[in-house]
Amino acid sequence: MSALLSVRGLVKEYPQRGGRRGEIFRAIDGVDFDLREGSTLAIVGESGSGKSTTGRCVLRLTEPTSGSVTYDGLDLLGLDADRMRAQRAHMQIVFQDTYASLDPRWTVGRLLAEPLRLRERLTPGQQRTRVGEMLELVGLEAEHADRYPHEFSGGQRQRIGIARALMLKPRLVVCDEPVSALDVSVQAQVLNLMKDLQDELGLSYLFISHDIAVVEFMADDVIVMNKGRVVESGVCAQVLADPKDPYTRALLAAVPVPDPDALEDRAMRRAVIEAGLAAPVGGDVESAR
Amino acid sequence: MSALLRVEDLRVRVDARRGTSFPVDGISFEIGRGETLGLVGESGSGKSLTAMAIIRLLPTRAVRMAGGRILFGDQDMSGIGAKGMRGIRGNRIGTIFQEPMTALNPAFTVGFQLREPLRRHRGLGRKAADDRARELLEMVGIERSAQVASSYPHHLSGGMRQRVMIAMAMSCEPDLLIADEPTTALDVTTQAQILDLILQLQQTHGTAVLLVTHDLGVVAESCERVVVMRHGKILETGGVREIFHAPQHAYTRALLDSMPSRNVGKRRLPTLPEEVFG
Repeated sequence: MSALLSVRGLVKEYPQRGGRRGEIFRAIDGVDFDLREGSTLAIVGESGSGKSTTGRCVLRLTEPTSGSVTYDGLDLLGLDADRMRAQRAHMQIVFQDTYASLDPRWTVGRLLAEPLRLRERLTPGQQRTRVGEMLELVGLEAEHADRYPHEFSGGQRQRIGIARALMLKPRLVVCDEPVSALDVSVQAQVLNLMKDLQDELGLSYLFISHDIAVVEFMADDVIVMNKGRVVESGVCAQVLADPKDPYTRALLAAVPVPDPDALEDRAMRRAVIEAGLAAPVGGDVESAR
Repeated sequence: MSALLRVEDLRVRVDARRGTSFPVDGISFEIGRGETLGLVGESGSGKSLTAMAIIRLLPTRAVRMAGGRILFGDQDMSGIGAKGMRGIRGNRIGTIFQEPMTALNPAFTVGFQLREPLRRHRGLGRKAADDRARELLEMVGIERSAQVASSYPHHLSGGMRQRVMIAMAMSCEPDLLIADEPTTALDVTTQAQILDLILQLQQTHGTAVLLVTHDLGVVAESCERVVVMRHGKILETGGVREIFHAPQHAYTRALLDSMPSRNVGKRRLPTLPEEVFG
């Protein structure tokens, strides 16, 4: 399977906050990965790892400083604004916080029709049909188009967020912590929906998450980020079963397991976490073993 | 073992324009001395309101305790006035919340905020309180205690702020520590360290802990007994192994079954019979 999305040497620099003039901070520092068409690549990391910045840079919602992003053979960073806008129809994003991403003053129908109105010449009746179909696809009802976002539960709002992202039939969806704000029972429904939609529509997901268990369930491949760098990457099941990088090991050791008999040795775990946090970022994996 | 805290038939009432509701609706449980009890539930279960009712910090006048008793030791807390409560909170009952920035005052240094309860509750002089504040910061694993004591909360990372809050909560060596989602806002590596710290302090000081959380993983690795709440009611109470290995209630089972970590390699996550989750 070929890569739908290839990222090489991606860098994003910001002026150093509180620093002297000319001082810079590298939020992401040379990120490489390939996302295979129809698969899920997870970016996992803690706060400040650069995982969300990477997602935004791929879509050029944040302009990267250097590196390359190739989508379906096309060099995205070389496109002018008009051509980039045309490409965005194929690549959409789902956010964690639906309170921030869904305008509370708009009905669900208007929220979902907006991308169609901007991109496709459809009659209001055709728009309404497309909105209704999409609502049903994500497990809601066509009649829900007349309601406002606040009338829905958190899980339903995330279904609406997903529906809006899918209105223009994208091939790539960047999912930035899509289930982190949801209760466990609701999270399961939304994750299942995302898997179903992937199968049905052949979607490729760039799945950004801090939650290892969710990543383990969703992803085919994974990259682990720490302080702006990729410290480990590979097939998800392999990386999680046999982590090589000390930071990845710390991350895995720290995840609480819902089994009272699972944690045998707290002192050992403490040592693994401390070693991982203290290790040089992206240090030589072999010498760290 | 006599209970340190006993909650009997607690009800919390909310009066809103749309009508009256009982987000905590007749719950009873107890915590023994030195015990760690997990109060677990999803959003809307009433777990946080229960904790707030115990320390009498319910958010507004529209939300109030509407029935039941809370016994702390052999004292009925309803008989204690506002002034008496101030003597209990921060002194015999310590609290840790999810977001330390809401509990820490941005206008004062960390050192000042640590010294204040020591002077108020323990009558320590300035120098003694200062020494004790530094000692507390070291106890929660902060090495450069002098530097941290002289900084303001916004200068510190989330994990450091949570350590400071734990130091504050533990400063008067309380009998009971109420921790409401203490690690939910933290990175997972920091979470593991903070939970470790809470358990260490519990063991060395014999403090009882009421851990309010939505995270079953956190409960599994830190609690001895568990109370499962939903829609203001207790569904089941039991030892941590019973709850995780042989849950009695269908909701508890469904909650455990729907966790991604229990379904690795599967195509789908089991979702709940509608009658269970509704």
